[in-house]
Amino acid sequence: MSATGAGGTGAGPAEAVQAEAVQADATRAEICVVACAEAWRGDGEILAAAMGTCSILGARLARLTFEPGLLTTDGGALLTAEPVPLGAPAGPAEGWLPFRDHLWLVQNGRRHVMMGASQIDRYGNTNISAVGAWERPASQLLGVRGAPGNTICNPTSYWIPRHSTRVFVPEVDVASGLGTDRAARLGPRASRFHDLRRVVTDLGVFDFRTPDGSMRLVSVHPGVEVEEIVAATGFPLHGLAEPATGGEVPRTRPPTSAELRLIREVLDVGGLRDREVRA
Amino acid sequence: MAQVSTAPAGPKVTTVEEIVGSLESGMTIGIGGWGSRRKPMALVRAIYRSALEDLTVVSYGGPDVGLLCAAGKVRRLVAPFATLDSVPLEPHFRAARQRGAIELTEYDEGMFMFGLLAAAHRLPFLPTRAGLGSDVMRVNPGLRTVRSPYGPAGEEAEELVAVPALTLDAALVHMDRADTRGNGQYLGPDPYLDDLFAKAATRCYVSCERLVDPGKLGGPPQSLLISRMHVAGVVETPGGGHFTDCGPDLGRDEAFQRHYATSAADPQAWAAFAGRFLSGDEAAYREAVRRWHEERERGEGTR
Repeated sequence: MSATGAGGTGAGPAEAVQAEAVQADATRAEICVVACAEAWRGDGEILAAAMGTCSILGARLARLTFEPGLLTTDGGALLTAEPVPLGAPAGPAEGWLPFRDHLWLVQNGRRHVMMGASQIDRYGNTNISAVGAWERPASQLLGVRGAPGNTICNPTSYWIPRHSTRVFVPEVDVASGLGTDRAARLGPRASRFHDLRRVVTDLGVFDFRTPDGSMRLVSVHPGVEVEEIVAATGFPLHGLAEPATGGEVPRTRPPTSAELRLIREVLDVGGLRDREVRA
Repeated sequence: MAQVSTAPAGPKVTTVEEIVGSLESGMTIGIGGWGSRRKPMALVRAIYRSALEDLTVVSYGGPDVGLLCAAGKVRRLVAPFATLDSVPLEPHFRAARQRGAIELTEYDEGMFMFGLLAAAHRLPFLPTRAGLGSDVMRVNPGLRTVRSPYGPAGEEAEELVAVPALTLDAALVHMDRADTRGNGQYLGPDPYLDDLFAKAATRCYVSCERLVDPGKLGGPPQSLLISRMHVAGVVETPGGGHFTDCGPDLGRDEAFQRHYATSAADPQAWAAFAGRFLSGDEAAYREAVRRWHEERERGEGTR
């Protein structure tokens, strides 16, 4: 792929102007794909495990651009030799990762997973199991799946396509995935592999790098107001107009023209991303 | 060379009815496959029609769990999830949980595998990090932790979850191929955990898409997943994994799965579905599905 490694470096003035023009028409979904991709920056040669359209696209985009060492799957048991476009055949494999080996890899640790969550609280505890009392739920969801093992063993991020107070709750009903407070209570030895990296939503990017491990606003997507995020979040956030940023909340970086080309012309020609995040 | 035995392995070849007839109410039954992938659905449908009740079902849950919940067969479910994969949530499982009809032992996916591994190797438990600090520990108050005897000098030794063995009275798995001796082969990209289910069970029954004579299982030796030493009975059930994914022979019947999921979410629609597809035997099911597809294609053709 000729575009590999063309992650916006060394652009001349003409190309910069062009990038500026393309940025302006990047959709919210495309901004989200790039924000998801950024979660794996610096990870090197590990498995980028992803659930959800923009997150899967992000992993493959990161591999095609600034993080070529990443391993990605076909969504099934194959580690593909090249990142696969959505809906395309897997093509040649470079490895085999059936479910049993995927579960072993979780224990091994060379993996950074980006999961979904039906609920998330200020410490990053997440719920995909059930809403209401676990004993007799008002709404039974998937079950805990691999979330307990993922969060105690691997770096974990989250992709949440619809940021709302239904998802961003003061307290989750069932803790499937461990937050920073639960990890702290386990002690440094038991929680030494716990590593919550970032939360990407359709409105912004968040992390937990605060003194008490609670959620912090890192950046706001272009076209989003901070007030929207505050109104859509069921708990107070750190990072809002902190003095260190001069009162300004940073903007999520827009896609480069090379990234937009890869998303639109290679990875997601059918535009599935726009079904997950409306323009 | 030793003389080649020509003793027929006939007694292992059995029928769906005989297999289900050998099961008893109150048993712990493991079901192979994963979500809506290579599930022994013909055997599950036969349990659905049977008088069995009060079962403990151990499964990476899919429509197997859903159908058995719909029939009121499940007292307790041991599972990390129940999903139809392309349809995220399993409607009958949801309904059973929301009306408090089943007990649930909810484990992390990896914990569940360690439980099968422990049972397969006759160990009382295996240690893992998975589950620590999560609500899996809260909702399973019987779960215990175990401390490592190998603590580094001056430091507290590590405490891990002791996942108890998931020992099974019976396991049901569906293979792409099997021979008449009971050897089972998978031809898709993923074996799932079916060999562990077989080893964790007192008796394992294998259904298969196609039954062949001994020595006639083609394909690479590493696709020979289940040995006859772990198999009590084998039965040929073409389309026996329907509507789950049984690649490469048969992909998931997505249209029919959607029909199942839509019907399952509504009592009246479910009564109609059950009447049409689940009131007869496996041959009647296959014929009803064939006609449903035929009608659907005709319906689309006239639009």
